[in-house]
Amino acid sequence: MPDQETIHGDVSTFGAKERGLPRSLARKVLTPSLTPHPDTLLDPSHPLETPIHDGRGTVAFISRTKRRRYWILVGVLSALALISAAGILAWGNPMEFGTAGFWRIAERRAIALLVILIVVVCQAMATVSFQTVTNNRIITPSIMGFESLYVALQTSVIYFMGAAGLIAIEGPTKFALMVVLMVGFSLALYGWLLSGKFANLQVMLLVGIVLGGGLGSISTFMQRLLTPSDFDILSAKLFGSVSNADPSYFPLAIPLCIAAAGALFIRSRRLNVVALGRDVTGNLGLDHRREVMITLFFVSILMAVSTALIGPMTFLGFLTATLAYQFAGTHDHRYVFPVAVLTGFVILGGAYFVLKNIFYAEGAVSIVIEAVGGIAFLAVILRKGRL
Amino acid sequence: MIELKAVRKDYSSEVTIGPVDLQIPKGGVTALVGPNGAGKSTLLTIIGRLMGADAGSIEIAGYDVATTKSKDLAKIVSILRQENHFVTRLTVRQLVAFGRFPYTKGRLNKFDEEIITRSIKFFELEDLQDRYLDQLSGGQRQRAYVAMVLCQDTDYVLLDEPLNNLDMKHSVQMMQHLRRVADELGRTVVIVLHDINFAGHYADRICAVKDGQVVEFGTSAELFQPETLTRVFNTPVACVDGPNGPLAVYY
Repeated sequence: MPDQETIHGDVSTFGAKERGLPRSLARKVLTPSLTPHPDTLLDPSHPLETPIHDGRGTVAFISRTKRRRYWILVGVLSALALISAAGILAWGNPMEFGTAGFWRIAERRAIALLVILIVVVCQAMATVSFQTVTNNRIITPSIMGFESLYVALQTSVIYFMGAAGLIAIEGPTKFALMVVLMVGFSLALYGWLLSGKFANLQVMLLVGIVLGGGLGSISTFMQRLLTPSDFDILSAKLFGSVSNADPSYFPLAIPLCIAAAGALFIRSRRLNVVALGRDVTGNLGLDHRREVMITLFFVSILMAVSTALIGPMTFLGFLTATLAYQFAGTHDHRYVFPVAVLTGFVILGGAYFVLKNIFYAEGAVSIVIEAVGGIAFLAVILRKGRL
Repeated sequence: MIELKAVRKDYSSEVTIGPVDLQIPKGGVTALVGPNGAGKSTLLTIIGRLMGADAGSIEIAGYDVATTKSKDLAKIVSILRQENHFVTRLTVRQLVAFGRFPYTKGRLNKFDEEIITRSIKFFELEDLQDRYLDQLSGGQRQRAYVAMVLCQDTDYVLLDEPLNNLDMKHSVQMMQHLRRVADELGRTVVIVLHDINFAGHYADRICAVKDGQVVEFGTSAELFQPETLTRVFNTPVACVDGPNGPLAVYY
């Protein structure tokens, strides 16, 4: 073991080390005394000296080309998103452009656009965050029982109260109730499974899938017993569809969506750390379980809002997140999130536009997303050979 | 100094670790050795506060591990476990930069960049710093993780079997690096090792763990006795004088 003098003398090899360094650097590093005290950890009274810098930094992209590529990508995706938004608003508008009638029709179509935006922000942010905290790029929050719970709730309403009952409870109250039930369900699940002695993310996912499967079976059973006409009304509700959304949900859906998505975005840097796994997160001074719980809380809000708004959209989040990782080319969540949202908007908005104007089947957006999404996903996997 | 007082961890009525009383002095390299399942890694994980002890107390440089905030501890002690989940699209330099997280919460300034650069140089990763982690060999990736821990700039560095899966050349390189971390940078390195000869050559002190208890603690010279090593490892060990110090022969 070297004596203390050697250590003190040898600051040149690793000037970062505080021993013998000017006090001005002690703000960023732990103070060196042999009997340190917590106060010295965060000594704020010394300004940082300008260090020698070799000119390169640590950035989210490994080269200028990659950075440029990223911004070009954001530009292209934004342009596509704007085109599909404009298409949804203006295409096939029977009134002449610029007249009062044109704008009245466009205004009504803007509702669909807003729904698409909310759903995409919810699904994209939720899926990317969920995949980060679970360290798994195959699963999505949908399998945690959100959609099965939605289906089970819709089915039980029509089963116990009939079609009249389903129509009677429509409105913001139903939306709020749905969101509360779904968030409550997932929090109970996360809280129970992540705080016990054998806290384990894998077990939580498995239980989530099993519960989802169980709820699905109960729903299927109840659906068997419905009259054909009730079943018909129900199945329209159970396909994820932009036209399911009711503008009266907006005052609740929009603030929830903005708050939860904003919170996740602000936590991007923490998510970057959590992605490194439990042990590294702990080493860097973050409580892994706490970070996971907080993230899952926001994820559950986003998923609940999206599902309660338009119904199940199983594949959208998955497709969006997978493509966003491929496109963004960085691990940094601050860059992955915007790409995910833009990609999602292009996919959902584009699918809605095509279905509405070319196939005249705007209700079936989720069907197309699952088909197109599946093919795109396979193409990516086959081309890249990895997730 | 790392001080353990009556630290205990119970898994079941048969499997317990401790009570362990141990004082690891500041400075130098201390190796934890012992047979499989003896509790070396668990002990290290408990010291590094990634796992809670069921009883007893641990102090690192005077800070109680159980009560000091994790984010403050991250500036005093760093720990690297064996298996690390690695993220795709993460470069070596970005990984090393995470070592600055306890100080900057992800907002790097020039001072941090300087430390990152030096850590990378220290582990000779300059040529690899823009490579993605999944493009590296196991040994290179291991080096990148150790560089991250070094970049954390903590007085105490705990490493759980950093030689795992490394070939001869890379094992020796890693140990030489860690030796320099202790000698040149004055860090206290605590390391779990499997190979007693590596421990004997590179460590200043050896702590032998067996059945959840610390059975021996001393310098390499003190521990390299045939009877001692035979007792610790449950297998006949002979000690011979090699060209660079004593060698344990157990083949």
